[in-house]
Amino acid sequence: MEELLNELKEKFSSVIVEIQEKDYPTLICKRTGFLDLIKYLKDEKGFKYLIDLCGVDYLNYKQKKFEERFEVVYHLYNLDSKILIRLKVRIPEDDCWQHSVTPLFMTANYFERECYDMFGISFKGHPDLRRILMPDDWEGHPLRKDYPVYLEEEQEWKTYKEFIQKVKK
Amino acid sequence: MATYLEINKKQINEEKWEEPFYINMGPQHPSTHGVLRLFLELEGETIVNCTPIIGYLHRGVEKLGETLNYNQAIVLSDRLDYIASAANNTAFALAFEKLMGLEVPRRAKLLRTIVCEMARICNHLLWLATHALDIGAMTVFLYCFRDREWLLNIYEKICGARLTHSYVRVGGVRQDFTQEIIDELYKFTEEFPPRIYDYETLIDVNRIWLKRTKGIAVVPPEDAINLGLTGPCLRGSGIAYDVRKFRPYDAYGEVDFVVPTGKNGDTYDRYRVRMEELRQSNFIIRQCLDKLPETQGEPVLAENAPDLLMPEKVKEPKPQPVPKKGVIFRGVEKPIVPVGEAFASIESPKGELAVYVVSDGSNKPWRLRIRTPSFVHISAIPYMAKNHMVADLIAIIGTLDIVLGDSDR
Repeated sequence: MEELLNELKEKFSSVIVEIQEKDYPTLICKRTGFLDLIKYLKDEKGFKYLIDLCGVDYLNYKQKKFEERFEVVYHLYNLDSKILIRLKVRIPEDDCWQHSVTPLFMTANYFERECYDMFGISFKGHPDLRRILMPDDWEGHPLRKDYPVYLEEEQEWKTYKEFIQKVKK
Repeated sequence: MATYLEINKKQINEEKWEEPFYINMGPQHPSTHGVLRLFLELEGETIVNCTPIIGYLHRGVEKLGETLNYNQAIVLSDRLDYIASAANNTAFALAFEKLMGLEVPRRAKLLRTIVCEMARICNHLLWLATHALDIGAMTVFLYCFRDREWLLNIYEKICGARLTHSYVRVGGVRQDFTQEIIDELYKFTEEFPPRIYDYETLIDVNRIWLKRTKGIAVVPPEDAINLGLTGPCLRGSGIAYDVRKFRPYDAYGEVDFVVPTGKNGDTYDRYRVRMEELRQSNFIIRQCLDKLPETQGEPVLAENAPDLLMPEKVKEPKPQPVPKKGVIFRGVEKPIVPVGEAFASIESPKGELAVYVVSDGSNKPWRLRIRTPSFVHISAIPYMAKNHMVADLIAIIGTLDIVLGDSDR
């Protein structure tokens, strides 16, 4: 495990910002050059299984030690050596995009669509970036921290309102 | 969404068309196992393209979880995969325990393992019943439901609920088994294995069953990993990846079992893997029951487990060198849960169920991410359905074993 982390640190010194020891080794990466890192991990190091890809919104997080608002978290697993590592990419609010890994992992297709749906992070290079869980004409991104849990009456989904009016007639 | 309806309308109005034929399957179709909608592009009866449309059962569990405290969030997990809710409870509890640094007593671990394996048997029985019914074998359905009913009755004795039992709690389980339940489970483990054999004789050599399952939806091992398939779907392709063996949790480290795998990666192999898993689950329950007397009388909940009603704020007094008379110290706010993040995954009956939780020190999770197997499996339908007949799509949906409550969250 340590060998791998040292090797990665040497080879991708410009991409990896920090290595944290948590429940699993966590690599904090820059957006530029991230694709090279994940490609290297998949093709050379055998991390072929992408367990999970998700976004996290850190708006007004008290213990925050960085400037950017969002994080995209990847959990990669090596089926031969049984190593699980976590990659994190920080994404600023005003420049809200990330490289898509769908060409490398077919799993990432739906995960990235969900991340786009819930956080509004767009993935460059994704073949079909649409909303997945919410309706196509929904406004806003529900899992952002500034999105309310209960909507006001004016903010409700338009199509639903139209439907209710139709039924009442 | 609107575009698909427009295409349909155009097709109806035109008398003759050269374009491929578009058809809409679901969301009310009985064999899509819920509210799954598939938009198909056909050429004759062969599927050229298939687009799953999900989200009809989206309840915002992840957003709701951020407004409830850790113990309340467990109740939400019942509603994800409502066929095997004990497995979901365990996944949530494991992630929260990892975050809080709790050590679960051994007896609670054994009880959890038993409940999880019962959930696996329940799930596989329901899967076999509905999958066989979809393909055309009616008889198995009734037999499977008879056995599932027995297990649900045992669940009712354990915790009072049949489907949505929040039996697993953060730090252990809610209450201990009584002797009556243990006797009933012993009786079940005695009588169940011969019944699996009975089901196999009903369909194993049935010519219709073989024709509908052999060579359908073949997934090579490399593609299965790349697609993110887990559970029996991955093991059917010949890769023995099982979270119970690879990253053991609860009492799986101390029990003995075999991870069955298939060879060809088709629908029939996945069926064989699940039937073998039924036997292994039964074997695991038996081993755990034998180990229960060793831990008789031990607590089933960790001592420092959080209270069901977690306080919103906890204050500890400011350390003062010399306490003064008549001065009230305001105190410093103490984090209830350690700040940080945790990731835990389990082998749920359908595949790998992972929970990633981020905490900010308060009594509510800052972010609660659930990676569900059904969501990933639905994304594999377009790959598997290509160049198959429409009728085979029913077999593909059945073999993936999806539950829409699980995928839409």
